Amino acid sequence: MFIIGELINGMYANIGKALKERDKAEIQKCALRQIESGADALDINCGPASKQPLVDMPWLVEVVQEVTDKPLCLDSSRPQVIEAGLKAAKNKTVINSVTADSEKLDIIIPLAKQYSAQLIGITISKKGIPQNRDQRLELAATIVSACVDKEFPVEDLYLDPIVLPVNVAQAQLKDILESIREFKIISEPSPKTTLGLSNVSQGTSARGLINRTFLTMAIAYGLDSAILDPTDKELMEALITAELVLNKNIYCGSYLEAYRKK
Amino acid sequence: MALQLMTEKWPGEVAVVTIGATKEEKGTRSHTLKLGGEKSLPCLFREGALPHKTGIAFEIWDTAPLDWPDELTRGYKDVLSDPVRWAEKCVKDYKAQSLCLRLQGAHQDYGNKSPEEEAQLVKKLLKSVGVPLVILGCGDDAKDNLVLPACSEAAKGERCLIGPAAQDNYKTIVASVLADGHNIIAESPIDLNIAKQLNVLISDMGLALERIIMDPTIGALGYGLEYAYSIMERARLAALSGDKTLACPFICFVGQEAWRAKEAKAGTTEQGIIWEALTATALIQAGADLLVMRHPKAIEKVNKYIDNLYGR
Repeated sequence: MFIIGELINGMYANIGKALKERDKAEIQKCALRQIESGADALDINCGPASKQPLVDMPWLVEVVQEVTDKPLCLDSSRPQVIEAGLKAAKNKTVINSVTADSEKLDIIIPLAKQYSAQLIGITISKKGIPQNRDQRLELAATIVSACVDKEFPVEDLYLDPIVLPVNVAQAQLKDILESIREFKIISEPSPKTTLGLSNVSQGTSARGLINRTFLTMAIAYGLDSAILDPTDKELMEALITAELVLNKNIYCGSYLEAYRKK
Repeated sequence: MALQLMTEKWPGEVAVVTIGATKEEKGTRSHTLKLGGEKSLPCLFREGALPHKTGIAFEIWDTAPLDWPDELTRGYKDVLSDPVRWAEKCVKDYKAQSLCLRLQGAHQDYGNKSPEEEAQLVKKLLKSVGVPLVILGCGDDAKDNLVLPACSEAAKGERCLIGPAAQDNYKTIVASVLADGHNIIAESPIDLNIAKQLNVLISDMGLALERIIMDPTIGALGYGLEYAYSIMERARLAALSGDKTLACPFICFVGQEAWRAKEAKAGTTEQGIIWEALTATALIQAGADLLVMRHPKAIEKVNKYIDNLYGR
């Protein structure tokens, strides 16, 4: 499971403040805490309050890669902000994200190729969020075929079915799980799958429990990656155990610790 | 059109463990033995690097073995009761590249030698021969916990391979090995879950995973060889997939197992040699990195096989 730590986001008060005050130490502490907890990559997002994302994004990238060589997941809906991050990055990168709209695909896929970045494609378009499995699959196929057309390696593509909060779209969650399996059979080699996990529990009263239950189920449907809070110990333990049950790791008495030694 | 091989790319690799320290490394060994480092499954030379040949250590005892069949003792007849001369014979006459000293005589049923005596023997042996050394206990946990630390200290800085450490008896041995700069044998009873657990426990004590050699426990040809094979295969697949807690080289006690088989003991001339050699070659295909063997002729055959395999 490719774990992308979600905590470097200007939306969070500590990061928003650190970004404003150019407090490197706070950002770096957050980066290292996530890596120690098991993150394979770090999401970097300036947040909605950033007035100058074109400056903030490269600053965050530079600050984070001073303390780690883990891949950075450049998180913005604006191609210019992503490119500013790509230019500053020495670490491997993942672009987060591109929608299924041709005008976005036409810009972002060449950028990903140019900078040898991996790419997250979200199954959403100008028309909005898909309301059922077929619509979601259609958008996923649009993204995959754009990658194939532009000779971007499909195995470097992560498809994100867009998880909706359980208190908003309860009826859709089962469909979203099914989509994870369906995305894998769009092409050979298969695209990978990821999702922004925390959204599932947005506004609910038992966030941790809902997050880890949904993640466990998504892993059983073949999920390859997730954007999540790796410092949530119970969540990580559920993830490790789910992978164990699926025979992805060999059991031993200290399997949780063994996973962390990997 | 040229035929294209379908090859697998693995994200993980087996750790490289070095046995023996030369003068430059503040030891006195004439050479070192490097084991492991595989980046693909055994014998798939075109798929990934298999940088180090399978090694063979001659097994010698600190006391004359009573139950070895004639065919096996014939080549060592005049030296069996003198481990130093036995060691010298292996190195000089049979060109041994490494030795495995089994301290069977420390066992109360085999002479009950004291830790001091065994430590003296290890010192003498290190003086008389220059090859890297494996040191094995007698199999009695309580006695091994006294003998192995004494021998570890006597061999300090020589980077030996010492064991066995097992799930219910590893702390004393790990502490000694850690203090004296050796490598350890982690033994598990044909059980991958225990093998992994033991590696985690040992590395928790501060001994790097790169200093562990796994003894998966094997059976000889006809005596469960295929169980050993499947365990080793599963461990290697996990290692190549990136599980560092299973990415340790394997040691296999071929001689011990092969010469227990009734076919090896009661057959026609040379049947025991063939039994030992065939068990060894099958284990090489399972991914064995270090074979501990007994009969010089079997070792000669297997060495030829290894040279042939790696010479391609």
